[in-house]
Amino acid sequence: MENKILYSVSGIFEDVNKLISAVKTVTDSGYTKFDVHSPYPIHGLPQAMKLKPSKLGWVTLVFGLSGALFAFLFMYWVNVIDYPLIVGGKPFYQLPAYVPVMFEVTVLSAAVFTVAWMLFIMFKFPNNSHPLIDTEYMRKVSVDKYGITIQASDPIFDLTRAKEFLQSLGASEVFEIYFRESNVKPKIFDKKFILFLGITSLIVSGVTYFILNHLLFMSPFNWMHEQFRLNPQSKLTFTKPETTNLTPVEGTVARGFLPYPYTDRPDLAEKNLINPLLPTEKTLKVGKEKYLTFCSPCHGNFGHGDSRLKGQFPNPPTLHSDKLRNMKDGGIYHIITVGQNIMPGYASQISSDERWAIVHYIRVLQRAINPKESDLK
Amino acid sequence: MRVIDYTIEPPVVEGNPSLSSINESIIKPLESKPTRGWYIAISISLTMLLIGAISLGVTLWKGVGVWGVNQPVGWGFDIVNFVFWVGIGHAGTLISAILFLLRQRWRTSIARFAEAMTIFAVMCAGLFPLIHTGRPWLDGYLLPYPNQHALWVNFTSPLLWDVFAVSTYFTVSLVFWYIGLIPDLATLRDRTTNKILKTIYSILSLGWRHSGRHWQHYEMAYLILAGFATPLVLSVHTIVSFDFAVSIMPGWHTTIFPPYFVAGAVFSGFAMVQNVLIIIRKVFRIEHIITLDTLEKMNKVMLATGMMVGYAYAMEFFIAWYSGNPIEQFVFLNRALGPYAWAYWTMVTCNVLFPQLFWFRKFRRSIPVMFIVAVFVNVGMWFERFVIVVTTLSRDYLPSSWGMYIPSIYDIGILIGSFGLFFTLIFLFIRTLPVVSIAEVKAVLNSSQPSHGGNH
Ligand code: HEC
Repeated sequence: MENKILYSVSGIFEDVNKLISAVKTVTDSGYTKFDVHSPYPIHGLPQAMKLKPSKLGWVTLVFGLSGALFAFLFMYWVNVIDYPLIVGGKPFYQLPAYVPVMFEVTVLSAAVFTVAWMLFIMFKFPNNSHPLIDTEYMRKVSVDKYGITIQASDPIFDLTRAKEFLQSLGASEVFEIYFRESNVKPKIFDKKFILFLGITSLIVSGVTYFILNHLLFMSPFNWMHEQFRLNPQSKLTFTKPETTNLTPVEGTVARGFLPYPYTDRPDLAEKNLINPLLPTEKTLKVGKEKYLTFCSPCHGNFGHGDSRLKGQFPNPPTLHSDKLRNMKDGGIYHIITVGQNIMPGYASQISSDERWAIVHYIRVLQRAINPKESDLK
Repeated sequence: MRVIDYTIEPPVVEGNPSLSSINESIIKPLESKPTRGWYIAISISLTMLLIGAISLGVTLWKGVGVWGVNQPVGWGFDIVNFVFWVGIGHAGTLISAILFLLRQRWRTSIARFAEAMTIFAVMCAGLFPLIHTGRPWLDGYLLPYPNQHALWVNFTSPLLWDVFAVSTYFTVSLVFWYIGLIPDLATLRDRTTNKILKTIYSILSLGWRHSGRHWQHYEMAYLILAGFATPLVLSVHTIVSFDFAVSIMPGWHTTIFPPYFVAGAVFSGFAMVQNVLIIIRKVFRIEHIITLDTLEKMNKVMLATGMMVGYAYAMEFFIAWYSGNPIEQFVFLNRALGPYAWAYWTMVTCNVLFPQLFWFRKFRRSIPVMFIVAVFVNVGMWFERFVIVVTTLSRDYLPSSWGMYIPSIYDIGILIGSFGLFFTLIFLFIRTLPVVSIAEVKAVLNSSQPSHGGNH
C-alpha cells in the first residue's frame, strides 16, 4: 500500500438528480481536476461541470474543406495537366463532373478525421492502463451508477477532505484509486510484445511477398496467359453465334483500319511504305503516349527490352540493335502491324497514324542512346 | 372510434425497466450458449454462402463467360444485385442518422442493428461490381493511384463516382457504427470475467471510461457524423442511379432516377430491417425494447416510400408519353407488355399493391401480415432493379441488336451466396456484439435524465 501512488478519490451516486447537484457543488468549490462518470450521456451535465462547448466541429470543418480542395485540385491536375483524355468530346475541365467525387472525399475526410482526432488526440486513446479501468468503481458506473472522481493532482486536493466532501454530497460509497504498477513501467519493451511484433511483421511480409510475386501468376490469376476469349474473326466455340453480333458483315472495314497488303511480305513493306508523318513535337507526343501504353510493358520504357512482366512473357530484344537502327521506318511499322514471331500484331488496337508516330518515337529513343554525329554538336 | 393523443410521445422502451435490467436483457444473448435455432439458422446461411463460393470459384476459374451476360445485355445479375444490396443498406443509415437528426427517439432501439445491416449489405453490394470486372484481382486499377502505366482513372465517369461513393459509404458507416459501439464495448469489458474476451473488449473499447468530459465530445462527434451520413446516404443511391441516368439508353436517361432510387432504397431497406428484427426480437425475447410501436412506425415509413416508388413508376410512363419520343415510349410499353412483362408486373404488385395494406392500423400492427408484406417488398424491389437493367439493355434503339437475357445457374448461385454472406454476418453479429445500443437505450429511459428544475 505504502509505495502506491494515489490517482483519485471517487464517489458513487445512485440518482441522477443528486449527481447533478453534487457536480455543481464540486465545480463551485474550486476543484478543476475532477470528472464525472455515467453509463450514458446525461443532459445538462456539461453545464453543471461548466465545460466549454466542444470545439470538435472546427476539426471537422478544417478536414472537410481540405478534403474538398484536395479532391478538386487532384482531379484538375489529372484531367487537365497530367493525363488529358478526351471523353465524349467534352472539355478537360468540367466542374460539374467533379462534384460527386469532391463531395464523397469531403465526407470521408471530415468523418474519419473527426473521429480519429477525438479518439487519438483529444482522448489520448488507446489507454487501457488508465488507473480507473478495471476498478470496482468503473464496474459500477458502467451499469447503473454515477460517479464523481476528484484527482489527486488537483491543486486543492487533500485526501481526507475530499473523501468527506464526497460523502457529504451524498455518495453512497467512496473509493481510493491508485496507479497500477503497469502505469509506471511501459509495456512496449516487454519481451513478449517485441516477439509478437516480430512474428506479425514476418507473417505480413511473407504473405505479401507470396501474393504479389507468386499467387498473382498462378492460374486463374495469371495476367495474360490462357485467356478464355475469342480471337478476332475466329469461330465462336463457347456460345451460339446467333446470340451475339460478334461477327461483322462480310467485307466490313473499320474506320482508320484499312486492309494491309503486306502481311506476309516484310521486305515489300520495308521497301514500299513511307512514314507519312513528320517528326513534329505533336507527333512525338502521340508516339510517346502510345509507346508507353502499348509497348513499354514488354520493351521497357526506353526500349532496352527490360520487360515488366516478370518472365510471364519472353523478354524481347533491345530496340537499339544495329539491325533496327538501320531498318527503314516501313519495316518497324510492319512489325507493329502484324507482329513478329511471338510478338502479337497491334493493327486492331493502334490506328495506322499512331503506329507511324510510334516509329518516330522509337527513332527518338534510338538516337538518344546512339546519337548521330550531328546530334552531338 | 379510438382517440389517440398525438401530443404525448410513447415511451421508447416498454414497462420502464431499470438500468441494470437493460444490461441484462441486451447482454444475455452474448453470454449464454447459442440455442438450437441459432445453429440451424447459421448452418442454412453457411450452406447458402458455400453455394455462392462455389459459383464464384467457377466464375473466377473460367471467366465471366459462365454467366448469362452477353451482347446486348452486358449488365445482368451482377449489377441488379449490386443496386439491390446498396439499397438495403440505406435504411440503416436512414434510421441511425436521419432519424437521429430529426430527434425520433424510437430509432434508438433499432439503430445499432440497422447500422450493422448497412455495413453487411454494403459488403454484399461491393462484391458485385468487383467481380463484374471479370478479373477481380486487378481491381486495384479502380483506385486513382500513381501506377507504372501512368494511367489515371476517369474522374468524370459515373462508374468511378460509384467507387468513391460506395467506399466512402462503407467507411463512414463503419466508423459511425464503431463509435456507437465503444461505450457498449467498455460496458462489456467491465462486466466480463473471461480473460480472452476481456482482452478483446479492452482492445476494441480503446480504454473508454464513461467520462463526462468524453461524453460531451462524443455526443458532438455523433451529431457531426449523423450530419454527414445524412447527405452521404442520399448521395450514394443518387450516384448509383447516375450509372444509368448519365447514359443515353432509353428508359435510363431520366431525371427522376436519383429521387426514385433513393426512395426505393429506403423502401427495400426498411422491409429488410423489419423482417430481420421481427425474428430477432422474438428469438432474444426483447419485445419490450424493440416494441410493436417501433415496428408500426417502420411500416408507416414503408407505406410512404412505397407510394413514392409507385408514383415514380407512373411518372416514368407519363413522361415517356409526354416526351413524344417514340423510342422512350416503346421501352415502357415493352416493359409492361414485352417479354419481361412478368417481371414488371411482379414488381408492381409487390411494391405498390401489397403495401397498401398498411393503411389499416390492424395490419400495421399484425406481425404475420407485416412480415409477409415486407418479404414481398424485398422481392419486388429486387425485380425493380432487374426490370430497369434488363428491359432497357435487351431492347434498345436498334432492333437488329436486340437479345434476351437468361441468367445461368452461376448467376443464381452467386445471388444465393450474397444472401448467405449477409445472414451469416448477421448471425455472427448477434452472437458477438450487443444488438441494441445499451448506452443509448439507457439515455432515453424515462427516469434516466435529470428532471428539469430538480433540487439545486
Ligand atoms: C507482349 C510483349 C510485347 C509488346 C507489348 C510489344 N512487343 Fe515488340 N517484341 C516482343 C518480343 C517478344 C519480340 C521479339 C520477337 C522475336 O522473337 O522476333 C519483339 C520484337 C519487336 C521488334 C523487333 C526487334 C528485333 O530486333 O527483331 C520491334 C521493332 C518491336 N518489337 C516493336 C514493338 C513496338 C513498337 C511495340 C508497341 C506497339 C511492341 N513491340 C510491343 C514483345 C512485345
